[in-house]
Amino acid sequence: MSTIQLDHVSRWYRNVVAVNDVSMTIGPGVTGLLGPNGAGKSTLIALMSGFLAPSTGTVTLDGEPLWRNESVYRQVGLVPEREALFDYLTGRQFVVANAELHGLSDPAAAAQAAIALVEMTDAQDRTISTYSKGMRQRIKMASSLVHEPSVLLLDEPFNGMDPRQRMHLMDLLRRMGTEGRTVLFSSHILEEVEQVARQIEVVVAGRHAASGDFGAIRRLMTDRPNRFVLRTADDRRLASVLVADPSVRGVLLRTEGGIEVEAGDFGRFSEALPKLARQEGVRLLEVTPTDESLESVFAYLVSS
Amino acid sequence: MSVTLSPTVVRLGTRSVFGHKRGILLFLLPVVLLGLAGLIRGLAGQDERVAVDVLQSLGLTVVVPLVALLATTGLLAPEIDDGSVAYLLAKPISRHTIVLSKLLVAIGCVFVFAVLPMAAAALILLTNEPRLALGFAVGSLAGGAAYCALFAFLSVLTRHAVVIGLLYLLVWEGLLGGLLDGVRWLSVTRWARAITEEVAAGFDVVERLGPGYAIGATLVVLVLGTWLTGRRLRAFNLTGDE
Repeated sequence: MSTIQLDHVSRWYRNVVAVNDVSMTIGPGVTGLLGPNGAGKSTLIALMSGFLAPSTGTVTLDGEPLWRNESVYRQVGLVPEREALFDYLTGRQFVVANAELHGLSDPAAAAQAAIALVEMTDAQDRTISTYSKGMRQRIKMASSLVHEPSVLLLDEPFNGMDPRQRMHLMDLLRRMGTEGRTVLFSSHILEEVEQVARQIEVVVAGRHAASGDFGAIRRLMTDRPNRFVLRTADDRRLASVLVADPSVRGVLLRTEGGIEVEAGDFGRFSEALPKLARQEGVRLLEVTPTDESLESVFAYLVSS
Repeated sequence: MSVTLSPTVVRLGTRSVFGHKRGILLFLLPVVLLGLAGLIRGLAGQDERVAVDVLQSLGLTVVVPLVALLATTGLLAPEIDDGSVAYLLAKPISRHTIVLSKLLVAIGCVFVFAVLPMAAAALILLTNEPRLALGFAVGSLAGGAAYCALFAFLSVLTRHAVVIGLLYLLVWEGLLGGLLDGVRWLSVTRWARAITEEVAAGFDVVERLGPGYAIGATLVVLVLGTWLTGRRLRAFNLTGDE
């Protein structure tokens, strides 16, 4: 059982702050590190894997500093986001080399087990240069699992995977989590994270925006005000009944046509809208959410 | 962490040198040297002054440092550039073990693509003088090894190791080394010449440096370069720019 502890960690590059005063504890089980692109997820993973020094604060694994401490890699497995590998090797040669570098007593057997775990046995004797993105991702996984680490850090592991490979990796991560390993992976997709991780840490613009189980994070994200643009057969008539509904916070008739609605409760609004339209006999031509981008969700989280 | 040699890093390094296009250049340089030696022997016959000049100005000054530059940067720079070095570094082994193992491969390349061709070129130019061949072989090995350590450090310092290495060879070792005599105290090629002269006793390589200083300076660069490279690699930054 291993725990990574970040204590008031900041990291800046000249005058750009990549991580801003983050404190978090990553314990056994699967943790999802969620945030939009450029939020500082990769920087956090680099800090947690000993590949970046914090500008201030401390990052430790079971009390041991990670920076400039090679011995931590006995416990840590890292799957970097970058795709570059030793392309001139076969998958098997690459994983065996990783096993040898870990000083394992039977590198070939350990490599075979890790390759089987990621279902790459059939392709193991092909050179890595011929691998698809998903295969590369899996052979990277195998190389990081070959020494059976108690901590596994994965930077955007689902990128480039097809749905079947995604499901398989999700199963694998869940299994490793239930075995008591400390697994942390980053993603910018909430649905992806909540399928695997019970615990979610949200980072936005280098700040630790939220932390909790996926239910709490999901509520935080969906209970926020939502904006929609409606195109209807009779804007004014539908607007008048919408404004009377408790799920709606505000209604604006747009000069160019259509209604802009701010819903306070997304769930209730999505039920109320079709009912009200039918009851008033107003035909709904178009319902468009206007701020569904992940950035706006995160922006809301930070401001709340 | 104890510092040893890692057979795995040596194996991976050897494959990576020849896994890139620049590996072809490693074959090209000795071919040019040997071809030119053959041509000169054919045109000028066995002439000691010409032989020493060619081996010195083309071999020690151009071929040896270029082979060292290509081999060393080919071993380190691409992996650092694309981040794949992380797979070597995320292991419980000393960074100096990694550097030493990679340097062994680089020096092996220098031996195969510079030292042996230099000895062969010397024998082509002066067939009956094995002492001269031995002198240039030892000088090339010493100079090549020091260059490897120097360029290894350059590779972990900057992403433009090849360009800066070439500029260094051209400006410092080539241009300034020829113009300013004082440069000899800080010139790897000049130290290699002094070592060559010492081993090839009786041949005038015209180097006004004591062999003791040359050997000492070469060793300092070799040890310091290796140590500093390992130290820098310990602080490898996965996210790129500082």
